[in-house]
Amino acid sequence: MTVVSADNAAAAGSAGAMPRSPIARGERRAILLLAGAMVALNLALAAAGLWGDFAWPAIGLSFVLLVLLCERIGRLVPVKHKGAYERTLALGFPLVVLVLWELAADSGFINPNWFPPPSKIGVALWDLSTRYDRFSGTTLLGRPWLMPEAFSQDGWAGVWKLAAESHVLATVGRVLFGFMLGAIPGVLVGVVMGLNQTVRLMLDTTLSAIYVLPKIAIFPIVMLMFADPFGEAPKILVVGLSVFILMAINTMAAVRGIDNVYLMAGKNYGAKGWSMLRHVILPGAMPVIFSGLRIALGTAMIVIISVEFVRAKQGVGYMTFYYWEVLNPEKMYAGLVVVMVLGVLLTYALQWLQRRLMPWQK
Amino acid sequence: MSVSMQAATAPKIGARHVSKHYPTADGTMVALEDFSLEVADGEFVCIVGPSGCGKSTFLRMVAGLESISLGSIDIQPGREPGRPLNSVVFQEYAIFPWKTLIENVAFGLQMRGVGRKERLDRARYWLDRVGLGKFADYYPHQISGGMKQRVSIIRALANDPEVLLMDEPLGALDAQTRVVIQEELLRIWEETRKTVLYITHSLDEAVLLGDRVILMSAQPGRHLATFRIELPRPRTIAMTNSPRFAEYRAQIWEKLSAEVTRAMEARP
Repeated sequence: MTVVSADNAAAAGSAGAMPRSPIARGERRAILLLAGAMVALNLALAAAGLWGDFAWPAIGLSFVLLVLLCERIGRLVPVKHKGAYERTLALGFPLVVLVLWELAADSGFINPNWFPPPSKIGVALWDLSTRYDRFSGTTLLGRPWLMPEAFSQDGWAGVWKLAAESHVLATVGRVLFGFMLGAIPGVLVGVVMGLNQTVRLMLDTTLSAIYVLPKIAIFPIVMLMFADPFGEAPKILVVGLSVFILMAINTMAAVRGIDNVYLMAGKNYGAKGWSMLRHVILPGAMPVIFSGLRIALGTAMIVIISVEFVRAKQGVGYMTFYYWEVLNPEKMYAGLVVVMVLGVLLTYALQWLQRRLMPWQK
Repeated sequence: MSVSMQAATAPKIGARHVSKHYPTADGTMVALEDFSLEVADGEFVCIVGPSGCGKSTFLRMVAGLESISLGSIDIQPGREPGRPLNSVVFQEYAIFPWKTLIENVAFGLQMRGVGRKERLDRARYWLDRVGLGKFADYYPHQISGGMKQRVSIIRALANDPEVLLMDEPLGALDAQTRVVIQEELLRIWEETRKTVLYITHSLDEAVLLGDRVILMSAQPGRHLATFRIELPRPRTIAMTNSPRFAEYRAQIWEKLSAEVTRAMEARP
């Protein structure tokens, strides 16, 4: 008994420092070796004047060495700092890419006219956000700093006038309206298709066919359906249509995926019609519906940006394409950055909604 | 007068010459053939049989969840109007993951239009009764399998049906949890004396719980034998060690083992 506990104590004491250090030393040596190899490889190529010829293999190999390096570092990180390490990795790598891009553009290794350094894109973004474009009568954000003054002068009409000149609000408005217009009927049709075999057989093939059709290709037809083909309605409708098709197909799969035992339980305990939909079918299909909504949001962004490329006088897509046409790549890139930021923000909004509507999910 | 007379004489569940056929690509598959069963009011009847003998199908037919190909099944309504005829406890729990435990237990009452306060009070009463009161606002993913099945059982009991239909309710649980819930079932049944139709593949469970054990044959399911279990009530888990219990089990197993062998040979 005493012998055992003494052994345990010895083992516990040594586990603290003794057996770990040689391993850690080995890891440190490996880290130094990997970092050294990465630097040496690139320097050797650069010194020989061959880096430009072998840029892609050199970048690929450096990336592999970097992954190995970070994995070694990860093994040395104590458990309580694991979270910080993972965040550093997730944010640090894109940062490294941006820094390398900056250096490459500054040194002229890549053409800064077509690939302007991130710092210039940032300046362009600041410029776009703060300046009023007299030519098109638009701004990126609608000059929110003028809004309090406009409100005190003209009330809401003043604020609306400023907001109406914003590219971002134009795009977000189209996406949100189109999204609602497509998602709500899409989910309803999907539920009917999921429950009724006849409707499913009748619509499935048609929807699948329209689904693969690029929505920008049917935009001209959609335009012709309206008295004002250049107004907002066709743009919103084409977004709604793409979201509708996707959500109908997705919700159908979601409803069909509900475990039959829940439907039986619902029926046995007296649910029918609306109560069946409200208490069993919609919540049962909700997880898959939400993953569909997330994809639909991406699709809505793609569609609206391409529509704005082609036919719009306002919107982030229009702005991006406009600065490409006038050969101002910094501002074009700034437009792309705005699209990405909008995508991330809208996805966050959707995730917030998901947490509110599905509190039962972990 | 005549109604009460009829209620006293007619069985609570009357299944007469029930058959179930499925059309398949290679012709008709017979899942259940000419199966008759009468369950008296307040009786606990267990149905045992090899897998695929159609016992679950029969239970779903009694519940009205599956169509009847031939024959008829009746559940005698009680004197109180508005009480549901049957509630099913499913093998896979089937409590809704999107509802809290108390909402799950109150579900049947909610569907019948019972007011919010009353149905939650009744649900809480049943949760307390099986020791889940403090988990009322938990979601099913936060609790264990045994707790889920308890919720599933009290969801049926809170609905206060004329008959309780249980489809291998403890089949998915581990051996220890099974025994605990069996004891709980015995206790609750003593207090409520519901009419129960109980499907199981465990002989011990059937003999322990049932007033009668019905043995079914392998596919197509037919009535093979009936055993009346005359162990005294209230029963306890300790009875599973008594010689009479072992005798009943041996009797049933003798018949069942032949059937299981036949079923295994018929379907390689």
